[in-house]
Amino acid sequence: MTSVVTAQNLGLTFPANDGPVVALSDVDLDIKRGEFVSFIGPSGCGKTTLLRVIADLEQPTAGTIEINAMSPAEARVKRSYGYVFQAPALYPWRTIEKNVALPLEIMGFPRQEQQARIARTLDLVNLSGFAKKYPWQLSGGMQQRASIARALAFDADLLLMDEPFGALDEIVRDHLNSELLKLWAATSKTIAFVTHSIPEAVYLSTKIVVMSPRPGRVTDVIESTLPAERPLDIRETPEFLAIAARVREGLRAGHSYEE
Amino acid sequence: MGKALRDGNTLPVLIVLGVLVVFWYLAAIWLNAPWQFGVYERAGTTGWGWTDFVRDTWSQERPVLPSPHQVMIELWNTTAAMAPTSKRSLVYHGWVTLSATLLGFVLGTALGILLAVLIVHNRATDRSLMPWIIASQTIPILAIAPMIVIISYNVLTGKNPLAEMLHLDADAARLVSKALISTYLSFFPVVVGMVKGFRSPEQIQLDLMHTYNASASQTFWKLRFPIALPYLFTSMKVAVAASLVGAIVGELPTGAVAGLGARLLGGSYYGQTIQIWSALFAAAILAGVLVIAVGVVERLVTERMGARPA
Repeated sequence: MTSVVTAQNLGLTFPANDGPVVALSDVDLDIKRGEFVSFIGPSGCGKTTLLRVIADLEQPTAGTIEINAMSPAEARVKRSYGYVFQAPALYPWRTIEKNVALPLEIMGFPRQEQQARIARTLDLVNLSGFAKKYPWQLSGGMQQRASIARALAFDADLLLMDEPFGALDEIVRDHLNSELLKLWAATSKTIAFVTHSIPEAVYLSTKIVVMSPRPGRVTDVIESTLPAERPLDIRETPEFLAIAARVREGLRAGHSYEE
Repeated sequence: MGKALRDGNTLPVLIVLGVLVVFWYLAAIWLNAPWQFGVYERAGTTGWGWTDFVRDTWSQERPVLPSPHQVMIELWNTTAAMAPTSKRSLVYHGWVTLSATLLGFVLGTALGILLAVLIVHNRATDRSLMPWIIASQTIPILAIAPMIVIISYNVLTGKNPLAEMLHLDADAARLVSKALISTYLSFFPVVVGMVKGFRSPEQIQLDLMHTYNASASQTFWKLRFPIALPYLFTSMKVAVAASLVGAIVGELPTGAVAGLGARLLGGSYYGQTIQIWSALFAAAILAGVLVIAVGVVERLVTERMGARPA
């Protein structure tokens, strides 16, 4: 399988008044086509920073990183990825369909194709009936689904998701997690997913990257042994719990809360 | 209706209005009394009663402070009861001022938005322009207005490429030179508001545009401009009132023969206090109508932009 994202010895240090902050240090990473990779770790472990480096929103200060054998900047200019932020970041003056149309307008898709893509992606996230609604008329979970539709609309192969369900309650989150798995199966995209929830990471991923802070680094990479078909109650099986235990182990090893 | 009175702003506003009117009538008695005593003395009137005295102080021809009903009657006589083409009609003078106000307001808003765009997109203009913009508003407008009006009138009617290009007659040149004062006063709130508005997108919204590899102009038209519109309307409400002040100030010191400013000035030359007050009220009513008009446009635009109904 071809690699979508590869990184070697990747490092990022932010300059600060009271000395430099090492956000990422010596990160090696290999994301293959079609994988669902979760990055998990406590706050400050650099998981969001790593995603932002992939997206060319931050510049690494050490090491190399390639997306589809291009630099992050080239990949961004080629619109190789869709990014889903922690907040939906929908434009309140645009209807849901117009929000989904935003990247299509910017990328210059013909109007007719825009309509077709809006209809298809809203259908993928089950928001077909809400095309004409404004964001404030939708619940938080629906808003985040709309923002996923927006990231899918221009058919980038890589989907970068930064704690997209972090602000939602657990019931909605469970529902959206299973929806996301269906969507991933239907579109066969590569997904990089940042989370701080162990069950979420284990439930969704084919590969779990465990990270720890100060400095932000990778402490463990776990290949999931769960089957592709994952009903929600798979989370009660011993296999699932074993992987969750290993993630928890990795988090504990990498981070001392006593400091 | 009764509930609307009790819960809304109407009742408090009416109470304040009532208090002001009562206060005004009392002040009119007090301020006009010395003159009235003199009138009685010269006419040899003795034994006048308090009722007559109060009525007389409220109906002098050139009172120090005209009573409210005198001003209202004068307003009525010079608007509704008079042909708008008459040189004494406040509708005519109001239109002269209003046309300069609107022209200045449009120019000022456009200039304000343009400067804000330059400031937001260029660090050098931010540093170099902003101090001058602020300094421009520290100059007393009354001092600089005559010079701006006279210089621009002379430029616009003189022999130079600009005048030949615009080809304005004397009336139009007078209008434009007054409107420039309005522009001078009204561009400032728009610059300040729009700089804030254009800078109001959150980082996450800018990051989103960055991931789409959006150009600066796409980011401007699809994000910065729509998000700044509420700021624009707030600024425009201040700017339109400032424009009216500018147009009146532009008429005051330059011997203008038409406009509310000319009525104010003429009234003070000849001691026509009722005329001054009615012109003042006409200006206040005009300002109110202009601010409300901007508010109506604001509501139409925000509704079109899908704002949650308040």
